[in-house]
Amino acid sequence: MKLTRRDALALGAGAAVFAVAGGRAGSAWAGLEDTEKAVMEFTGGATPASGRITLDAPEIAENGNTVPISVSVESPMTDDDYVASVLILAEGNPNPDVATLHFTPMSGAAEATTRMRLAKTQNVIAVAKMSDGSVFMDKKEVKVTIGGCGG
Amino acid sequence: MAEPKPRVKVPKTASKGDVVTIKTLISHEMESGQRKDKEGNVIPRKIINKFTCTFNDKEVFSCDLDPAVAANPYFEFNAKVDESGTFVFTWVDDDGSVYTSESEIEVN
Repeated sequence: MKLTRRDALALGAGAAVFAVAGGRAGSAWAGLEDTEKAVMEFTGGATPASGRITLDAPEIAENGNTVPISVSVESPMTDDDYVASVLILAEGNPNPDVATLHFTPMSGAAEATTRMRLAKTQNVIAVAKMSDGSVFMDKKEVKVTIGGCGG
Repeated sequence: MAEPKPRVKVPKTASKGDVVTIKTLISHEMESGQRKDKEGNVIPRKIINKFTCTFNDKEVFSCDLDPAVAANPYFEFNAKVDESGTFVFTWVDDDGSVYTSESEIEVN
């Protein structure tokens, strides 16, 4: 499909109108409340501590359509003590969920890299859940030049 | 769009107990369900929603994907190998299609 500049603008505007009209809780963006809720669902109500998990993301992402992010969690990754899951969230996207990574002792090292979409400048959050149930969080602000949602 | 094509990079050999890095990519538009076409109709969501990697039938790494994962989903992760065997990679599409790829590794 060939997309002219005018089309792109019209699509973007259309998407914005749709998001507002059909938006959840009256807001076009996920917002802090939804993000908080997603974190609590993941941790089972526990507030994540800082440390052990490191989220790597660029300070400035020119193209919000594909932003590389990496997470790594300190863990021996043995059968008794390993990282079970890592939840990745974006506060300022239409929907905060990005991905949930599941590790096993066979992963060897709890590190993963993927690429995500960011609609605008916002915080990206990673929450790690250990096999013993403890939870850790890291947060990083990414400045986005061109958003990666809608049109 | 053409049939999604998986691409996987796994080392051919490793020593016992090594942690190897695996890179995977599958060509897929990851239509988010947020966009509209020229007539203003919402383009329905169509994404890869699940990725799994197993080694000799045991799960190594998996991921639940949401529409915020970029097009052509890419994953880089690790696996600890104690024996020779086969990695099986599986991607599940919203429409129920399943795409798979296999790679063998020799451990000595």
